[in-house]
Amino acid sequence: MSWVSRPLNSSIGCKVIMSVTGLLLVGFLLAHLSGNLLVFAGEEAINLYAKTLRDYLPILWLLRIGLIVMAVLHIFSGVKLTRMNSKAKPVKYKVKQSVKASFASRYMGLTGLVVLAFIAYHLAHLTFRFTHPAFQSLGDYDVYKMLMLSFSNPVLAIGYCICVILLMVHLSHGVSSLFQTLGINHKKYNGLIRSIGPALSTLLAIGYLSIPLSILLGFIK
Amino acid sequence: MKLALHIWRQKDSNSEGKFESYQLDQVSPDMSFLEMLDILNEKLISEDKEPVAFDHDCREGICGTCSMVINGVAHGPQGGTTTCQLHMQSFKDGDDIYIEPWRATAFPIVKDLVTDRSAFDRVIQAGGYVSVSTGGVPDANATPVPKPIADLAMDAATCIGCGACVAACKNSSAMLFVGAKVSQLSLLPQGQVEKGRRVIKMVSQMDSEGFGNCTNTFECEAVCPKEISVSNIARLNREYIAATLASDEES
Repeated sequence: MSWVSRPLNSSIGCKVIMSVTGLLLVGFLLAHLSGNLLVFAGEEAINLYAKTLRDYLPILWLLRIGLIVMAVLHIFSGVKLTRMNSKAKPVKYKVKQSVKASFASRYMGLTGLVVLAFIAYHLAHLTFRFTHPAFQSLGDYDVYKMLMLSFSNPVLAIGYCICVILLMVHLSHGVSSLFQTLGINHKKYNGLIRSIGPALSTLLAIGYLSIPLSILLGFIK
Repeated sequence: MKLALHIWRQKDSNSEGKFESYQLDQVSPDMSFLEMLDILNEKLISEDKEPVAFDHDCREGICGTCSMVINGVAHGPQGGTTTCQLHMQSFKDGDDIYIEPWRATAFPIVKDLVTDRSAFDRVIQAGGYVSVSTGGVPDANATPVPKPIADLAMDAATCIGCGACVAACKNSSAMLFVGAKVSQLSLLPQGQVEKGRRVIKMVSQMDSEGFGNCTNTFECEAVCPKEISVSNIARLNREYIAATLASDEES
């Protein structure tokens, strides 16, 4: 199996894992958002969506396992690459000026860690309902009430918004960058590749931020 | 003009280094950066002090020997230029200038601003060559190469191996260098024989030398004195993926 293990252990192999898993995780974010936006269609719509997901539990678990595997591989490769990188440059410059590197590209590790912490809280909050024991009594499918209760709290709503923004900063570099890692670079479509990260993350940010802000500001009641 | 220089001084690879400050007056804006350092060294020698060690050779911008990070930018503030071709007109009277060696585990400091960049040589030895038939000189243009491809190969081949890409990269990644060296050969018909083996060997040598990984910040392209494009890194990735997944040479 050396033809599998050798490339996967190489620097480029690890980066390919980062980019492929990253791409699939972005796919999840799109699917997740399309479900969440049902909140604008009203209480019945989003609760029916939650119920339907649970009705097909084996499929849901298949998707969840896929998602967990992607996230674990993404984090594992990220940690491995970061360790290699800090070993490669242990001494920093006294004066360092970035000529071209974007803010997002320089702080991928940091934004990634914030996103990881956010995911942990997000799961504890809405999936396992540890942080809000009151949610336990709401029944399995009352997503609508959970959202209303959570995001009418300004601290939770604004905290959520900040984490979403940092996730989108992460994606604004990551999405454009994964093409380069997979070897996709050509002057015909480099302009498109460079803009797809910022464009997609802006769209996702608008979608994800619209929900807590609408609830906080009372547009959804 | 008068300058305050803050230069990294390190006796040898085993010693601890530190910054030392020097005041230099009467610097002409027409001097090259290295000439300015020559003046400093003459002054240090006349004061019976150890001159600053720095790498330099052709002083024409083509050998890739000179190597210093000036005010946080490899080869200094002027884009597309080696340190030797940087002139003091890029600075102002009274400026503070910080001069540091390339920082990378794979480029250990030999003395002051001099680093050992033989890791690059070992990457080239691993696969940066082509097989040729010895014997009679082949006819010119016997092997047709489309002009745009020849141009791409030539652009990649302008890499002088100075190491600024590694120095500027926050991860000390050598992928712009390796990408250029892989591209200049694999783009041409003469480089096809070793194409798959080459990229695998050069990448594994690159990894074992302790270079980091590309995070696509593209700082390397910005400081490269030869303005090598990061499209060469994409080509390196592409060829590596193809060679490891679909090479007919490997079982």
